[in-house]
Amino acid sequence: MAAKVKQLPSRGGTPAEKVYLIEIFKGMAITLKHFLRNLWDNSNLYVRHYPEVQPDIPARWRGRHRLLTHPDGTPKCVACFMCQTNCPADCIMIKAGTRIDGVTEKMPVSFTIDLAECIYCGYCVEACPEDAIRMDTGIYAFTSSNREEMKIGMTEMLSLKGGFPEEEYQKGLEGE
Amino acid sequence: MILTLTILLAVIIAIAWAAFNAAYLVLAERRGAGIIQRRPGPNINGPFGLLQPPLDGIKLMAKQLIIPDGADKFMYISAPVLVMCPAIMSFVALPYSDWLQAQNIDVGLLMVFAFASMGTMGIVFAGWSSRNKYSLMAAMRSVSQAVAYEIPMIITALTITLMAGTTNLDAIVAQQSENFFHWNIFPLFGETHNILMPFSFLIFFICSMAETNRAPFDLGEAEGELVAGFHIEYGSMGFGLFFMGEYANIVIGATLATIFFLGGWSCPFGLFPGVWWFLIKMYAIIFTIIWIRWTFPRTTIYGLLNLSWKILIPASLVNLLLTAGLMKVF
Repeated sequence: MAAKVKQLPSRGGTPAEKVYLIEIFKGMAITLKHFLRNLWDNSNLYVRHYPEVQPDIPARWRGRHRLLTHPDGTPKCVACFMCQTNCPADCIMIKAGTRIDGVTEKMPVSFTIDLAECIYCGYCVEACPEDAIRMDTGIYAFTSSNREEMKIGMTEMLSLKGGFPEEEYQKGLEGE
Repeated sequence: MILTLTILLAVIIAIAWAAFNAAYLVLAERRGAGIIQRRPGPNINGPFGLLQPPLDGIKLMAKQLIIPDGADKFMYISAPVLVMCPAIMSFVALPYSDWLQAQNIDVGLLMVFAFASMGTMGIVFAGWSSRNKYSLMAAMRSVSQAVAYEIPMIITALTITLMAGTTNLDAIVAQQSENFFHWNIFPLFGETHNILMPFSFLIFFICSMAETNRAPFDLGEAEGELVAGFHIEYGSMGFGLFFMGEYANIVIGATLATIFFLGGWSCPFGLFPGVWWFLIKMYAIIFTIIWIRWTFPRTTIYGLLNLSWKILIPASLVNLLLTAGLMKVF
């Protein structure tokens, strides 16, 4: 099987281009233009001054997880293991127990997410039948010097607040 | 005793000047690169990032000097010194104004070129002793590049010597001292009427960039194929010395171009001649070198050698012959 050969017209063959020097000065003029523009006015750079200027995060963006509560402060989670079963990274570890506040029958005794394992796919949020877990905190940076600290527990996730108003979050869900 | 102290002072000033320039040109390079590429560059430490060079220095000095297994220890350690020391030595002969010169040497031009070409030896040492194929290849490239570009550079310097009739750098500047049109780069007035001088300046400029391993001629440290080139195994202050040597060589190249072609410390309009005019011209040339680095991609090694052997060396030889002819005729 013969390869198909496509002939392209060669470029850069005019005498002015073959001298090189003219094109070199043209290239230098372009970078000088950029240099002078950014020297006087560096407000339109293509970079974010990160630690000072935080990125703008949309409501649909998947950040740190949080567990939601009923208005009376009891966790919405019913320990159905949907999220743990669904998790492709196996990072959710739930221990179920008898509900002690009388809302339903089951509740998690402990609910741990290993953030070092989590791939932030959002399947746990989609799987949850009770809208008990969301990834809408807007926290995108999480660092630690050891692996144990990367596991966050139920109390921490219950205490986190959503980063966006409720209607904005619901609008984001419709978009999906 | 007084003479010894004077010499000591001159040497200390030369070292301080070289180190200061090396440190702050790195900052200028990084800031300039950032501004050309539409990003800010290092701007956190101090106003405009001015504290970055000392902090970089502290960081480099605090790091461990790792000597790879199987490296030739003596050569490995002496290589960065061999790059930095000749560069500092050259500063002794360079005149910055009619009074600001460490030592007025009659063969100053020769001395500067002799020490400038010694820097390549350090690069070869580094490439050979670190026992790494990449660094060895980079060292070989650096040698072929240095051999190729030293010839047209020195032939161009010879053209200048021919016109000035001296190798004393002070005297070469003194001949161009009146105004703009007496500079060697402009052929109109002065003792030397030579219409080829802008052309000589171009050759000298290209060669000084290639001699100092600057982009687009930095084949010795081509990241794409040789990872980091001859200093691949160096960390800590050994790496820092290579860096400082490179920038000190840039300063030397710019200084020589200023002395040879741009009239040294003389003012374009004949007003207030002095060291400030020298610094303005020198830093303008250094800015151009940095500007070129961030404009053009790296050439290939073949393109680099072809440019020298097929174009620059014949051109500089013809230039020398024509200059000699013109001086005979006029």
